[in-house]
Amino acid sequence: MKISIDSLQKAFESRVRLGIMSILILHDWVEFVELKDYLKVTDGNLASHLSALEKLNFIQSRKQFIGNKPNTSYAATKLGRESFGNHLNALENLIKGVSK
Amino acid sequence: MKKDTDYLQDIEEIRSLMEKSSKFISLSGWAGIFAGVFALMGSYIALTFLDFNPQSLSVDPGSNPFQQTQIFSVVQLALLVFLLAISFALFFTHRRAKRKDELLWTTTAKRLVMNMSVPLFTGGILILLFISHGLIGFVAPFSLLFYGLALFTISKFTFDEVKILGLIEILLGLISVYKVSLGLLFWAIGFGVVHIIYGIYVYFKYEK
Repeated sequence: MKISIDSLQKAFESRVRLGIMSILILHDWVEFVELKDYLKVTDGNLASHLSALEKLNFIQSRKQFIGNKPNTSYAATKLGRESFGNHLNALENLIKGVSK
Repeated sequence: MKKDTDYLQDIEEIRSLMEKSSKFISLSGWAGIFAGVFALMGSYIALTFLDFNPQSLSVDPGSNPFQQTQIFSVVQLALLVFLLAISFALFFTHRRAKRKDELLWTTTAKRLVMNMSVPLFTGGILILLFISHGLIGFVAPFSLLFYGLALFTISKFTFDEVKILGLIEILLGLISVYKVSLGLLFWAIGFGVVHIIYGIYVYFKYEK
C-alpha cells in the first residue's frame, strides 16, 4: 500500500489548528473569545497556535479596541483556504486508500 | 506520522466544529412559551377591551386612522407584547447559554439577528403604512406572513424545527388574508398557540 502523504500539511497536524481552520473556513472574522469557546482550550495554547498559523500566512488577524479592551478577530487567507482544502483532500485519499 | 485512526478523529472533530459554529442553538423553549402567553393575553385585551377585530380590510378612508384612539392603543399594545416577548426570549436564552457555558453573541447569532431583522423591519413598516391608509384588516395577516418569512430565512442558522414554524405562520397568514374576519383569531393561533406548542416541544426535545 503506497499512499502519498506529501499534501498532508505538517501545519495542520495539531487538532487545535484543524479546529481553528474549520471554523475560519466557514466564518470570516471570528473573535478570540469565540474560538476559545468552540475549541475549549486555554488562552495561551490558542494564542500560540494562532500565531503559528498567522506566521504561515494561513490566517490574518485584526485588532480592534472595544472601549479600552483590545479585541482580536481572525479570518482565513486565500492561501490558508487552499492549503486546508489540499489537506482535507489528502485526508480523504488516505482514508479511501485504507478502506480499499 | 499519525495513525489512520487519528485522522478519522480529526475528521470527526472538523465536522463537529463546523456544525457547532454554524448553528445557534441556545434559544430556549421557555422563550417560545412566554412569547405565546403574551400574544394570547394581547389578543384577548385587543378583542375585549379595545374592541379590535376588523371584519373588513379598511376603515372609513376619509378619517386618519392614527387619530382613532382604538387603533393607536392597538399599536401600543402590539409593541408592548413584542417587547415583552423579546425581553423574555433574551433572558431565557442568556440563562441557557450560561448554563451550558457557551457564548451567546457569536458570529452565527449576529448573522441570525441580521437575517431576521430585514424581513421583520420591512413587515413592521409595511404594516404601519397599511394602518395609515386605513387598511387595518391587513395588520394581522401581514405580521404573520413577514414573521413566517423571517423564521424560514433564519432556520438554517438554528434548529430545523424553526423552518416548519415559519411555514405554519406563512400558511396562517395567507388564510387570514383570504378570510379577513378571522384575522385576530389566526393571529392569536399563530403567535400564541403555535409558539407555546413549539416552546414545549423544543423544551422536551433539547432541554430536558
